Amino acid sequence: MGFKDKHLLGIEPMRPEAIVEILDLAENYVQLNRSQDKRAESLTGLTQINMFFENSTRTQASFELAGKRLGANVMNLSMEASSLKKGETLIDTALTLNAMKPDLLIVRHPQSGAVDLLAQKVNCSVLNAGDGRHEHPTQALLDALTIRRAKGRLHRLSIAICGDIAHSRVARSNIILLGKMENRVRVIGPSTLMPSEIDELGVEVYQDMRTGLKDVDVVMMLRLQKERMDGGFIPSEREYYYRYGLNKEKLSHAKGDAIVMHPGPMNRGVEIDGELADDINRSVIQEQVEMGVAIRMAAMHLLARNDKSGKHG
Amino acid sequence: MKTLLTNAKVIDPVAETISDGEVMFENGIIIPTETADETFDCQGQYISPGLIDLGVKVGEPGERHKESYKSAGAAAAAGGVTTIITRPDTNPAIDTPEVLEFIRRRAQEVCPVNVFHMVALTKERAGREMTEIGFLKDAGAVAFTDFTNVVKNSKILMRALNYAKSLDALVIGHPQDPDLSEDTSATSGKFASLRGLPSVTPLAERMALDRDMALVELTGVQYHFDQITTARSIPALERAKKNGHKITAGTSIHHLTLNEFDISDYRSFFKLNPPLRSENDRLAIIDAVNSGVIDVISSFHTPQDEESKRLPFETAAAGAVGLETLLPASLQLFHNQSVSLEKLIKTMTLNPATLLGLPSGRISPGAPADLIIFDADIPFILDRESLKSKSKNTPFDGHKLQGKVRRTIVAGKTIFEC
Repeated sequence: MGFKDKHLLGIEPMRPEAIVEILDLAENYVQLNRSQDKRAESLTGLTQINMFFENSTRTQASFELAGKRLGANVMNLSMEASSLKKGETLIDTALTLNAMKPDLLIVRHPQSGAVDLLAQKVNCSVLNAGDGRHEHPTQALLDALTIRRAKGRLHRLSIAICGDIAHSRVARSNIILLGKMENRVRVIGPSTLMPSEIDELGVEVYQDMRTGLKDVDVVMMLRLQKERMDGGFIPSEREYYYRYGLNKEKLSHAKGDAIVMHPGPMNRGVEIDGELADDINRSVIQEQVEMGVAIRMAAMHLLARNDKSGKHG
Repeated sequence: MKTLLTNAKVIDPVAETISDGEVMFENGIIIPTETADETFDCQGQYISPGLIDLGVKVGEPGERHKESYKSAGAAAAAGGVTTIITRPDTNPAIDTPEVLEFIRRRAQEVCPVNVFHMVALTKERAGREMTEIGFLKDAGAVAFTDFTNVVKNSKILMRALNYAKSLDALVIGHPQDPDLSEDTSATSGKFASLRGLPSVTPLAERMALDRDMALVELTGVQYHFDQITTARSIPALERAKKNGHKITAGTSIHHLTLNEFDISDYRSFFKLNPPLRSENDRLAIIDAVNSGVIDVISSFHTPQDEESKRLPFETAAAGAVGLETLLPASLQLFHNQSVSLEKLIKTMTLNPATLLGLPSGRISPGAPADLIIFDADIPFILDRESLKSKSKNTPFDGHKLQGKVRRTIVAGKTIFEC
């Protein structure tokens, strides 16, 4: 039993075997992407539309590259600048695109649940590229692949997620995925950036970096959004860096071989020390980007397979 | 013409009893039983006073496409609601005697049930200046409320309450701290965190409750909290009532029968204001109904068209229709033995009538013959398309419910039967 779903909307409904199937297939694509000829055939003839209702350069580029390497026709729509400004609703936009018969919609939206809503209205497969503060499944999958490759396993690890948990879909998807794979997950951050009753999701909550990082295998830093830096949630950028910014000293409380991750884009000197981010012995941030393309290739490959078998079955 | 309804189980909300019996009325008024001109056999079904629904939104003026007085009246009749108390959160707000006069006439022309109107406490419900409370009261306003627009400025609210007190006007407040609840669409907790929805602490209700209760203590005004939905409001409310302040409280049928997990995968028909709460809150509110801390159950009928609901959860409009589901939904609480039938009926008849000073809501000689005959047991699956309301945004679509109104009588006249 692997990944059988028509859509990839979140980690929450996925079974561990489905996660493993995506990771295993992604390993193949890592090899392909490192070779000279990066072409594969699994999306040949299919149309992939990237609909980003929220600006993103990195994620959109990753999906575009993944689709092109698999042979899909990829179209990018910058939704911010288009029909929404003319007053069209999300559902109408979805129905319009649906009528053009795409095979795969990659959607990012600033509101939680918006991608679920859209998926209910279209015939093709939908992949959630991030909805509000809800989920960002391919990010959690690429993080899982990165961890598995660095640590040789994806279970019984102690993993700390640090920073703005409250507003982070990356944190939610990772908490759920790492929990499903039977790891110990800690979240560290100021209480103003913690969602309510987060401990109910099976994580340990810390307000102090040094105690929270003690003996962890993986340190996952989150981006602190600019608009949250001043006054509202934390007193100032410099106080945040002093208490929660990751540097060598704080990292020394983690295991000697602990890896450092960040979903990007980084604020050097806010949540992470610049030098540490570039330390090839500790930081796997560049590898995360590489795994991102492979994971997205694997996820889209399997969605196309599932959709095809759904149509024939 | 003396009409006798016989062979019925009569629910008396005054005595809180149910007994086999009969009810007689003449010229629209209930009278002591004597020789009848006509007799109607109720076949052992329940008779109760018609329901009084406090806090109904009708889209006039401004949003007639969502609900008109005509469609609201038809929905009320089908739901066994013989009196609706409308809200002023219209566009424009009902905040002058002229607008009130206009909608009163509209309601009288087309609505088969009794209609009374709440009006705004402050002009445009903007929380800056009080409305003409005296003129509005003379023009027939039964209560003053800005509904979900909580008056932020305590000084302005204090003066409005003070002035209302001098005219013996009833003020209705919506206990939700406005800053904490701004831009939120769920109750904070595990569910909201998992779904990534911006959420408000349940204590935002207690905070607003505490402020308003202090101002009630200060001014002595008669004050009703429209929707109490959280456990942590109950002890404070209970204390204030014990201390003899003129405070009453209501809740919504949706908060008594649903909880936050019903939102499930962002189902916008379950987006309400205040948002659905935890199961612990729901159970505490049921207890408060039983103990009498909560006096009134209403539907907070809020019609929304498809366009305003078919949006991502955060931007979708809040509110649910409820006129036609108030009775069957509340009967759930009777069938699952949460609340007795006589208590339920009392919170939807006698208690709101007493609060508003209406003669209805009871079965006793001299009271208006606003009556319903209903079957409490008959099961059905609700199809939202069958609703008479113009808007179909019910959270109970597809739900298995029990209980249907067989006959609705207003002032002695049958306005609905099935």
